[in-house]
Amino acid sequence: MSVLTCENLCVRYDAGLIIKDLSFSLEKGDYLCVTGENGSGKSTLMKSLLGLLKPQSGKIALNGIDRREMGYLPQQSSSVRDFPANVYEVVLSGCLNRLKTPFYTKRDKERAREAMRLTKTEKIEKRPFGELSGGQVKRVLLARALCASEKFLALDEPAAGLDSAGEAEMYGLIGEQNRERGVTVVMISHDVKTAARYANKILCLGGAGASFKTAEEYGKNAEV
Amino acid sequence: MFGIIVELFSFPFVVKALIVGGLVSLCAALLGVSLVLKRYSMIGDGLSHVGFGTLGLAAALGIASPLKISVPLVLLAAFGLLRLSESGKIKGDAAIALVSSGSLAIGSIIVESKGLNADLTGYMFGTILAVGGEDLYISSGIAIAVAAAYIFFYNRIFAVTFDEDFSKATGVNVKLYNTVLAALTALVVVVGMRVMGALLISGLIIFPALTAMRVFKNFKSVVVCSAVVSIVCFFSGIILSYVRERATGLRTPAGASVVVANLAVFLAFTAAGIARRKLKGRKRR
Repeated sequence: MSVLTCENLCVRYDAGLIIKDLSFSLEKGDYLCVTGENGSGKSTLMKSLLGLLKPQSGKIALNGIDRREMGYLPQQSSSVRDFPANVYEVVLSGCLNRLKTPFYTKRDKERAREAMRLTKTEKIEKRPFGELSGGQVKRVLLARALCASEKFLALDEPAAGLDSAGEAEMYGLIGEQNRERGVTVVMISHDVKTAARYANKILCLGGAGASFKTAEEYGKNAEV
Repeated sequence: MFGIIVELFSFPFVVKALIVGGLVSLCAALLGVSLVLKRYSMIGDGLSHVGFGTLGLAAALGIASPLKISVPLVLLAAFGLLRLSESGKIKGDAAIALVSSGSLAIGSIIVESKGLNADLTGYMFGTILAVGGEDLYISSGIAIAVAAAYIFFYNRIFAVTFDEDFSKATGVNVKLYNTVLAALTALVVVVGMRVMGALLISGLIIFPALTAMRVFKNFKSVVVCSAVVSIVCFFSGIILSYVRERATGLRTPAGASVVVANLAVFLAFTAAGIARRKLKGRKRR
């Protein structure tokens, strides 16, 4: 059963059409790595999937997940650097899509704790967000995304700016969610070789048109 | 000094001004945290100038309760300013400067040509005598509604202030929240302007938030601290201005005293923040 289907998707960004006639579909539990040069429309595609950008034409169909149930990890948090918020407040804000009354429930708070445990951020719970290292910021934002969804993660360069140990840890955490909890993952990454180790599908955006392959096909091509 | 304070509270107009001013201080501080973090501080400043223009208009039309004119017009200006900053055609800060000086100019022409000179200073720097009859109820009602709305939407306000894109992805109508924020700010500016003065009301919005951020590093503490700082500064500013006037006979405007009290606390908190960082640094070493 496919959870996400893109059909002839065209998205405009600034002046030009950045995504042209893109079609692909994802099954439940798929791990898609989106790659391509700078400006090839990776983030634009992700924002369209999340409903932040309106496609020019074509359609994005979701099956079994609500648009609001997508855990998003943005590339750059748009917040100011010295924003007064601690880690717990940021993670808990991931439960926003469950908020029915003005306040978070006990279950929401437990969910935030669980997400912090999974991302190994519970020890820095009280630290100000602005004082975290690059790796800690990414893990906290992943925890927030996990609060928002247990079905679908949309991750925009989750390992950018991390050292190799941090990167391995980050990919490990994401892979765990995918394998053990059956979370469907769409991840943007520059580093295709590493990402292809975890992903089962690869979407390459760029000048010559997009190519959508399984990781196996991609591996064969790379060897040739 | 205690006698002078008791005397101050025996005037009914002072009590009215203190009720409205206290409530406005609370609301201004709450909204101020989001406005400062979203870099919307200047919207409050721009709206106060629009407010000045509407006060002039109300006086010229001979309307006894100027809130009836000011509230709708300043609300309209708030929506306009927000759209202008969002559309990106004119830069946000330039848009605000444009609207500010425009309405200040129109307001002063109306006031001067009607020969209402005496009111001009009162509009710009506020007067504690301003809260009369009907205004007390309208102002208190508005202030309580703003505070209630803030508490009700606290978690959503945090999320939208922290990360608009993430909030949008989880289905929050970010545009609506920005509009609500601008509308609440407009209401606070209009209500607070009479006591604080059009030129000083934005201090009430910006100071407490910045003061709290010097020392506190999580959102809830910053919100609570800025509310407390704002209310304490308001009352001590009013009381000190009255005490000074009685003791020395020198005129001491109330609105200005409140802003000076805010400035003093801001400087104290800045020093405390620096001291704390230094201490922490030493501990780590």
